[in-house]
Amino acid sequence: MNTVIAARTPSPFSPLRCYWLEAKYEFLRLLRTPAFALPALTFPVLFYLLFGVLLAGPRGGGASTYLLVTYGVFGIMGPALFGFGVAMALDRELGLLKLKRAMPVPPGAMLMAKTLMAMMFGVIITAMLMGVALALASVQLAPGKLALLALINVLGVLPFCAIGLYIGTLVGGQGAAAVVNLVYLPMAFLSGLWMPLSMLPEVVSRFAPLWPAYHLSQIALKVIDADAGGSLSMHVVVLLVFTAVFLFLARRRLSS
Amino acid sequence: MLCRIVHYRGTHMTLLDPPLAQLQGVHKTYGKVKALDGVDLQLHAGQLLALLGPNGAGKTTAIGLLLGMTGADAGSATLSGLPPQTLAARRHVGVMLQSAGIPDTLKVCELLDLTRSYYADPLSVADCVALAGLGNLLSRRYGKLSGGQQRRVQFAMAICGRPRLLFLDEPTTGLDIEARQGLWKAIRELVASGCAVLLTTHYLEEAEALADQVAVLHHGRIVAAGSVAQIRAHVSQRRIRCITSLTPQEVAAWPQVRSARLDQGTLEVIADVAEPVVLQLLSHDPHLGNLEVQRAGLAEAFIEITRDATLQEAA
Repeated sequence: MNTVIAARTPSPFSPLRCYWLEAKYEFLRLLRTPAFALPALTFPVLFYLLFGVLLAGPRGGGASTYLLVTYGVFGIMGPALFGFGVAMALDRELGLLKLKRAMPVPPGAMLMAKTLMAMMFGVIITAMLMGVALALASVQLAPGKLALLALINVLGVLPFCAIGLYIGTLVGGQGAAAVVNLVYLPMAFLSGLWMPLSMLPEVVSRFAPLWPAYHLSQIALKVIDADAGGSLSMHVVVLLVFTAVFLFLARRRLSS
Repeated sequence: MLCRIVHYRGTHMTLLDPPLAQLQGVHKTYGKVKALDGVDLQLHAGQLLALLGPNGAGKTTAIGLLLGMTGADAGSATLSGLPPQTLAARRHVGVMLQSAGIPDTLKVCELLDLTRSYYADPLSVADCVALAGLGNLLSRRYGKLSGGQQRRVQFAMAICGRPRLLFLDEPTTGLDIEARQGLWKAIRELVASGCAVLLTTHYLEEAEALADQVAVLHHGRIVAAGSVAQIRAHVSQRRIRCITSLTPQEVAAWPQVRSARLDQGTLEVIADVAEPVVLQLLSHDPHLGNLEVQRAGLAEAFIEITRDATLQEAA
């Protein structure tokens, strides 16, 4: 039994391939983790079925469309916050981050992989919600509007990735899930993602502009002309500022 | 008959090349603790350096500096003359750390696929399997493997990039004897093909079996460095064991005897020179049996060296 590993002419090295593989395996890794994938993929759809389809009733076309948009935002926040927050906390705690730093992983590959993972989950969640909305809630939206909503949802993961990343650098693996839930669920409620702000006490809508989820939902609601009237550029700038600030804070924590 | 030739590209190096790994006058302090206090280390192609030392001696800090995980307060750490943070330097480095946190839900073949993608000219998966003894583990999830199997996967991940420099931090912890011997064999093959290895281990027989160079760290300083034989020469004593009616108290009073004690019915004598003591033992007890004389090994040398270092610090 002879194994000969001869000197081979090396195939041209492409760092692109490892960016792609890093993202692919980050996605697979979390997809195969039921504690992550099950709630991330099913909760938005179940909530939408309950509030946007069953409770809105047969004549709830408008409510069903409104809630399709806000539950979409709620849905994409989950994988971004948990995938970055909890997974980063665990990677830090268990030593994977250290190992990856020691290996020749190109700069930013891990962050990019996690971002792409969150976007992939975002696409799946958005598609599931739209499937339910079109099939069961008789929601009528032009294909162009559906595509635009999907695009907003996919790009909308970015501020929540940054917030999750910062949480992941602050707390350990055990505490991260609790902290993320404390951020995620109240923010979703206070931003009017579960039920429209008009149905909530006035004080809630007055403070809603503090939360990034509110601004993302306003951008998405513009697609169906149901937003509160703020300017698009203002919402985008707020989200970019949230992203930049939390990225900066996380970077500082990671390099110390 | 098993024979394997691993050619490493670009390993035709001479001692004139910058060392593959080097620490020069490195100081590192964490708070009030001096983790490293003026450490110099060099590692060239085809060398295996075992870094030994009790817990907290600074081994992990030394490796962390060479891997670019932390910076030195003074002095420098370089890989092939480059700062360890540079990607170009790390592309020739393989790493096996003590705790890896590798995702449980990924399969072994996926982990290898990903790790191989970091390197320009990786080994084939089949070669990784053969070298690390992975057998038919490729399609298994990492989390479902035994501790020993996981260590072998980590070893495969460390060598899959055809590294010129390999860091092995306690590589055989948790392995059974057979798996450990298999790993030793793979490490020897890599070294023979020109790979440089920096090994830390708690098993002194591992260092004895593999290393050509040993450095003993103690409280952040290198207190002994050299070949295994040179390190062992630090202790000249012999260990004499026999079954006899003589009491340890009696024997301990003899000249040349450092200590004597009874160990499960066997008398164990540590002596500066063996021959006169053996002669005296035989003349006092002609019925003595099971006589054994051993040269002190790396373990005794290590204990001696670190004890001397502690005494010197106390003085």
